[in-house]
Amino acid sequence: MTKTDLPRWATGFVLPLLNLLSALLVAALVIRLLGESPIESLTILVNSAIVNPEGLAYTLFYASTFVFTGLAVSVAMQAGLFNIGAEGQMYVGGLGLTIAMLAFDAHLPGWLLIPAGMLGAALFGALWAFLPGWLQAKRGSHVVVTTIMFNFIAASLMNFIIVKYLIPEGQQNPASRVFADGAALPLLSTWFPQLGDTPLNIALPLAVVALAAYGILVWRSSWGYRLRATGLNARAAHYAGVRISRTIVVTMLISGALAGFAAVNSVLGSTHYLSLNFPAGAGFVGIAIALMGRQHPVGIFLSSVLFGALIQGGFDLSLEKPNIPQETFIFIQGLIILFCGAMENLYAPALRRLLGAARPRHATTKEPA
Amino acid sequence: MQPVATPPASQPSAVRASAAGHADAPAVEFRRISKAFGAVQANADVSFAIRAGTIHGVIGENGAGKSTLMSILYGYYQADSGDLVIKGQPRTIRTSMDAMRLGIGMVHQHFMLVDTMTVLDNVMLGNEGAFRLAPRRAAVLQELRDICARYRLDVDPLALVHDLSVGAQQRVEILKQIHRSADILILDEPTAVLTAQETASLFEILRLFKAQGKTIILITHKLQEIMDITDDVTVMRAGRVVGAVRTQDTSREQLATMMVGRPLQSELPRAPYAPGAEVLKVSGLNLTDANGVRLLSDIDLTLRAGEIVAIAGVSGNGQSELLEILSGMRLPTSGQLDFLGRALPFAGRAHADGLPAAFRKLGMAHVPEDRLRDGVIKDFSVMQNTVFGYQDGMTNRWGLLDLRAIARRCAGLLQAFDVRPNNPDLRIGLLSGGNQQKVVIAREVAAAPKLMLVGQPTRGVDIGTIESIHTELLRLRDEGVAILLSSVELEEVRALADRIVVMSGGRITGELPVDEFDTTRIGLLMGGMHTS
Amino acid sequence: MEDLHIATIVVSTIRNAPVLMFAALAGLFAERSGVVDIGLEGKILGSAFASAAVAYATQNPWYGVLAGVAVSTALALVQAFVSITQKGNQLVCGIAINIAMSGLTFVLAQFFFQQGGRTPDLGDNRLAEIVLPGTAALDNVPFLGWLYGHVIGGHSVLVYAAFALVPVVHWVVYHSRFGLRLRACGENPHALDAAGVSVERTRYLAMFVAGVLCSFSGAYLAIVQSGFFLRDMSAGAGYLALTALVFGNWRPLHTVLGCLMFGLFGAIQIQLEGVDLPVVGRIPGSLIQMIPYVVTVVVLAGLMAKSVAPKAIGKPFVKSR
Repeated sequence: MTKTDLPRWATGFVLPLLNLLSALLVAALVIRLLGESPIESLTILVNSAIVNPEGLAYTLFYASTFVFTGLAVSVAMQAGLFNIGAEGQMYVGGLGLTIAMLAFDAHLPGWLLIPAGMLGAALFGALWAFLPGWLQAKRGSHVVVTTIMFNFIAASLMNFIIVKYLIPEGQQNPASRVFADGAALPLLSTWFPQLGDTPLNIALPLAVVALAAYGILVWRSSWGYRLRATGLNARAAHYAGVRISRTIVVTMLISGALAGFAAVNSVLGSTHYLSLNFPAGAGFVGIAIALMGRQHPVGIFLSSVLFGALIQGGFDLSLEKPNIPQETFIFIQGLIILFCGAMENLYAPALRRLLGAARPRHATTKEPA
Repeated sequence: MQPVATPPASQPSAVRASAAGHADAPAVEFRRISKAFGAVQANADVSFAIRAGTIHGVIGENGAGKSTLMSILYGYYQADSGDLVIKGQPRTIRTSMDAMRLGIGMVHQHFMLVDTMTVLDNVMLGNEGAFRLAPRRAAVLQELRDICARYRLDVDPLALVHDLSVGAQQRVEILKQIHRSADILILDEPTAVLTAQETASLFEILRLFKAQGKTIILITHKLQEIMDITDDVTVMRAGRVVGAVRTQDTSREQLATMMVGRPLQSELPRAPYAPGAEVLKVSGLNLTDANGVRLLSDIDLTLRAGEIVAIAGVSGNGQSELLEILSGMRLPTSGQLDFLGRALPFAGRAHADGLPAAFRKLGMAHVPEDRLRDGVIKDFSVMQNTVFGYQDGMTNRWGLLDLRAIARRCAGLLQAFDVRPNNPDLRIGLLSGGNQQKVVIAREVAAAPKLMLVGQPTRGVDIGTIESIHTELLRLRDEGVAILLSSVELEEVRALADRIVVMSGGRITGELPVDEFDTTRIGLLMGGMHTS
Repeated sequence: MEDLHIATIVVSTIRNAPVLMFAALAGLFAERSGVVDIGLEGKILGSAFASAAVAYATQNPWYGVLAGVAVSTALALVQAFVSITQKGNQLVCGIAINIAMSGLTFVLAQFFFQQGGRTPDLGDNRLAEIVLPGTAALDNVPFLGWLYGHVIGGHSVLVYAAFALVPVVHWVVYHSRFGLRLRACGENPHALDAAGVSVERTRYLAMFVAGVLCSFSGAYLAIVQSGFFLRDMSAGAGYLALTALVFGNWRPLHTVLGCLMFGLFGAIQIQLEGVDLPVVGRIPGSLIQMIPYVVTVVVLAGLMAKSVAPKAIGKPFVKSR
């Protein structure tokens, strides 16, 4: 993705904002065509997701999951890898989590059980990302197509495992049994009663910690330096002594682990059992978030909250307006990926002209030979 | 025998037909051409004429503006102001199609060929005649055979381009232009990739063209070529014309002075040649690529402390691969490397992943020949690039980069090497080629290496920086660093080397001390094992 | 008994392949011109929905096909704008289109038909099957009757179109002016530019052709194979088509072989369901569903063929001097 020579505040803030607005404009158009008022829809959405304190809690609850999938995709992107497989990695992460729960929830107390679950989730998520990473590093197989394939494989595999092994006797619902009470993530409403009966839990502060760790590691550590160099110019990074193959594999492992970890909030924070297709698109939302948030910790957080709001508000909106089902937000997701990712420089020339009129040119442009 | 082949049906007839009354008009005339890119004035008020039916040299060092000027002539850029007069008529050239219609053809430095297609298909590209290719193919094939015969171009039109040697590929480029009835041919640094023999063949072809009444514009920075083949010379410096003379009236020294603006530095100071202990020993190095092509054969080389060994040779003869192996970027197929008496750690490895770091740790530094592709991260700042390859040594105990130490070190380096602009936070991609190279060299020197590998140290670098880079390399040598340098510029080889090694076709064809420097002998060695 | 199974497999393979063939040949044009086409999936979905919806609304499958062409081409031109004019990231663009179409097709289907995001069944109003003359007469002849009536004859019009397309595409790519420029575009666009041909225009044209070809994949899927549109019905066909391209080294004939291979696996898949195999017993349906995706990974791992992509693929063209 090309960088322009516009000032940082323009590329980091103004352009993404313009891109987001463009996506929303197209969405508004479609909503209009569906016979609804975009303004009214937006109002319902904002009221449900932000204004209402319980709605806000739900927004942040969803955001907690999205931060992790967004981080997963962002980390991979820093190394130049486009990890479309966060969905499958989160799904399989859920399996790792479930195995830990089913094995230990009768024996261990919560404060051991939950970390065990987290470990299982991260481990299994990493596992699911390993093969695509290894294939890219060693065989040059494009990670985009392999991760997409692994999403499909995960869907089939998990279907098989849940139906064959996890459904308790006598149950019809394709889901595992409910985990023990000790396995529930502590709710934030314990400390903030205004949040009411909502699933917002410690995953949120954990997400913030993860964002901070990501920021520090990627931009301040030598590991992060090597990571970004690989993503920007793998051949030069090789010259600089970076072990490219290993970097690719490790990055995918970390990415998968983060995506797997997203299952923790979804499962232990909400349903308390593993159900079919529980990720419900969170992995793909992660892609939109990574692009919209420009792989920056603050950007990722804000984008996650935005998408949390879209999901929460979208749910209530779909109840009130049957013409705007929740799948509308999958469409909006696609628009955001398009405008913030593929068309990120759409407004750059106009902006450059605007700014160029106001300030003199840098005298340091490279001369052609 | 007919003069130039009749133009293909889809082309308008060449302007030559209307030459009556303009018979003594110059083929090309630049009138006050100016062109700026941002703050850089690439061409300033350029005016000169190129006589028809001559070989006209345009000479100048890197950044003088000659390529920009030719790009304007060929329609890639539009001049900001000024006029182009072609064969006596003022013309607007907006695209390369316009230029081609006027009979102007250009042979680029980097060939514009599609490797996977035949010569015939490459020539037909853009000139196919109809939706169905078959009818024109036969006709064009015959036309190409005729042209090859007439100008002794020795190219098989049905060969696949990627099977051809570099010299042959260049002849394909020339063939393309002739087929399009070009009678003004621009050649941009054509001999950079040719051996001495191939250069001689090329010049024969050019003389044949001239005899047929064509005009040739030769862009080069090699003084000897100008003296050898051109009729007229225009010298450019910093975007302006600083001299326009008949070749017979001038000399190499005169041209050099005009090119540089002051007398050429005759020789840079250096300590007497007193090499120390053996630093690097290369034994029986071989490299065969995945397709079974032998890129390096039986390379034996020794490097001592305090000496500069320069590898001379036309690019593409294995020097790049050799440097890649010596720096750890690539594994050899077989052979032994000993550094400071101990074998380098690549035995038993399947790939070179991470190897450059190991070599660096042992005391080797590498200035790569393609700095933008290999040596820097374009989007990183200057400061970040000063630790590129050395970042792991600049961390605190938690693995986090010690930004203050890095900044201090960077400030010192930028100052010592006079990098301009002196702004550590600027993206390095915005610096000029010369300044980028200074950053790379500063970085590698700062590691206090015992061995420096340097590929094409002054490629794309302006003359002032060239001198400072040469001075720095000599200073390192005087301090006892062993330097292995690869350069396609014989002048540079002569200026820097203590010993010269000549490579051709993946082998070392000869070795000589610098005081036995002899252009003819080296030229023969460079062409030694090369098959055209 | 076994003969019947193989017979069914052969016929199924022929009927499965067109979905991938149209998409893969579409991708061939795009990628040979240097544009990565990850967005095949979205184009298939979009045209599947449009063709099923319009076919139902107008009770005419051919109008449906036309609608599919319009949608897929429009999407292809969006991709072209982003990749060529905007010089944006082609992978991201493709993924964006796939996700956007996944959502939009459901929403529109729900809006127009209120059937839970699908379109109503077209019943018999699908594209006609071509029954070769004399099929009934030959029916009793062993093997030849089956070959004539069910392998060569008896398929939908679009099946024949798909197979007829292969020599046409081959000829266009290797023996036409457009094909020559297309190939140059994907290997060294600078050469094309230096020859005075517009790289951008060639790529736009290639994307347009890709859009048109890909639409038939969606139309076939919705109108011929199923008779309706269902949410996310493409189920990865776009990616399988890309894999066929890799397998076939971006050459028309070999790519189609790859499509047939996937078609074969699909046919075998159906046969395997509910069948007791020696040693492994009955393989559950969900695991059988995995087969094409696993095969894809195997192909991409280079375990099946060494593959060389067009050299300039994925890189936006910037004139450099």
